[in-house]
Amino acid sequence: MKKTPLLASLLLCLTATVGAQSNGTVLLNAAGATFPYPIYSKWFDVYHTEHPNAQINYQSIGSGGGIRQLLAGTVDFGASDGPMTDEQLSQAKFKILHFPTVLGAVVPTYNVQGAAGDLNFTQKALAGIYMGQITKWNDPEIAKPNPGVKLPGDDIVVVHRSDGSGTSYIWTDFLSKASADWKSKVGMGTSVNWPVGLGGKGNEGVSGLVKQTPNSIGYIELIYAVQNNIPYGKVQNVSGKFVKADLAGVTSAAAAAVKEIPDDFRVSITNAPGAGSYPISSFTWLLIPAQIQDAAKRNAIKDFVKWMLTEGQNYNEGLSYARLPKPVLVKEMKAISLIQ
Amino acid sequence: MSAATTIEYRIPPQPRFRAFIHRLREGDEVAHVLTLVFAALILLLTSMLVYELWVNSRLSRTKFGWMFLWTRVWDPIFGNFGAAPFIYGTLVTAIVSLVIAVPLGLAGSIFLAELAPPKLSDSIAFLIDLLAAVPSVIYGLLGIFIVVPVMRTTLGPVLKSALGFLPLFQGRNYGVGFLTGGIVLAIMVVPFIISVSREVLLTVPSEQREAALALGSTRWESTWKVVIPWARTGIMGSIFLALARALGETMAVTMVIGNDPKISASLFAPGYTIAAVIANEFTEATGDLYLSALIELGLVLFLMTFILNGLARLLIVATERGGGHP
Repeated sequence: MKKTPLLASLLLCLTATVGAQSNGTVLLNAAGATFPYPIYSKWFDVYHTEHPNAQINYQSIGSGGGIRQLLAGTVDFGASDGPMTDEQLSQAKFKILHFPTVLGAVVPTYNVQGAAGDLNFTQKALAGIYMGQITKWNDPEIAKPNPGVKLPGDDIVVVHRSDGSGTSYIWTDFLSKASADWKSKVGMGTSVNWPVGLGGKGNEGVSGLVKQTPNSIGYIELIYAVQNNIPYGKVQNVSGKFVKADLAGVTSAAAAAVKEIPDDFRVSITNAPGAGSYPISSFTWLLIPAQIQDAAKRNAIKDFVKWMLTEGQNYNEGLSYARLPKPVLVKEMKAISLIQ
Repeated sequence: MSAATTIEYRIPPQPRFRAFIHRLREGDEVAHVLTLVFAALILLLTSMLVYELWVNSRLSRTKFGWMFLWTRVWDPIFGNFGAAPFIYGTLVTAIVSLVIAVPLGLAGSIFLAELAPPKLSDSIAFLIDLLAAVPSVIYGLLGIFIVVPVMRTTLGPVLKSALGFLPLFQGRNYGVGFLTGGIVLAIMVVPFIISVSREVLLTVPSEQREAALALGSTRWESTWKVVIPWARTGIMGSIFLALARALGETMAVTMVIGNDPKISASLFAPGYTIAAVIANEFTEATGDLYLSALIELGLVLFLMTFILNGLARLLIVATERGGGHP
């Protein structure tokens, strides 16, 4: 008897989906990046309530998984925190378009006794710390931009992400630009061969390790830091200013980079010019096939992208994501017609 | 119908077929076939697993060959992959966990089976079975919030001052590392050892104990010299079960081991295990070679488990020959 309600509801679900499909509902499957998952699930949910005949099912299995599934043709579109490489695009049997959706930023967080306020980090300092070349907190490279802060002479404990992630991608992209040494010896990617440091799983793993370990430094997503009230430092941008990451600074970085944005939107906006630009930020992308045979699916995807670029952007700040700058939105609107 | 029956009685050939039909009616043959199929499924599953791992790791196997096993670099960007630090980390954490868990588990099960009043024994056994069912991420959280701080502030410094002359307890103590990983694993596998060993000890016939007592041995002597040797095979089995779990554990280990693919003599140093790196990097692995190397790691883990289990069986056979119970 206990099982009856469960069984009944299951049956109900079944008939509901079957019924819905016969009514012309379009069911889209997507998979990929975990970083934008909170906003994506909000979008897909709101979009579905406003357009009951379109339903998008998103699996946040990671950018690599999203790209693989898209290439294998098991999903209708993918999502990734890093743009696909030329090599990956050449492997694809069909043309793939990139559509930036929101902006994210990565911030340095630390646990140093005696450093209460925001620490200022030069690009050289961050690269040196992560290369293992700067090993003490009172190293002149860290101390100089922080006058008045009494930094301890203890060893720095470096913490990085252990799982492959878009956060690491943005961080290593930035470090590659900050240091030629990093670029040639370590490189950029969702996982790299870290010269030093402990690995923590996820933002929560990294911030947990940093919180617990005296004299440590790590990096986490801006939205994670904001939502959990985790203090983080300022980073020097290319204009020499120390910028504390916030949503405006991230959007301004994207706006500054927009002049050079290529038509396929595959662009890194770390170290963007502009006095107010925060240097460690990035787009995250939807990966959509240029040719979609099924007309219903094609129209649904096009319509969703249009909605995402207009009404959808209003949900960004509520979830601590930065808005796309206007010129990017305009350019993307034009690119929608490429989906055929 | 009756004619047919008479013919049947007269002609005895096809006895095997008839016997089969007869037993089929009785249900014996059905049970036989069904259970055979299920047993064969295990074999099929295992061989398919190996086949998949073997085929999908081809790229990495042809590129690195045997060097894969002792290369110490893991560099997804430049396409250099080696399993050595992960094999080392997996073995070290498993050994540490068994060193801690076996004495604890054995002592616990002996108390519960031999010395404790039955009511107490049953209720504690119930709780232990409950522990065995706790998801590993919970143990990982326990590790992060309790074991890691204790290791950094208390246990680590104590070990360092007492045993610091050993290379095992030298170097920087971050709180996360091989030892912490081993301790958390030990907490996870102790319930397995206690639960299975207790059951095995309870199956030892009471005549054995009575005979030993009648010969003038004390309670402890009868337990240690008669009951334990009698149950030895089963106890070993529980330990191998624990070992298998320790080798394959992913979530709890990755949360406390530090995830740094390095080989260090110190137990305080951060390390990495095979299961942990697969779980961490598989979802974001984009390159074909990268993916193939991760799958080869899976193959290595499978073979390690296979070899260790084989050695364990040999150990059982060897000790049985040495004497003891039938």
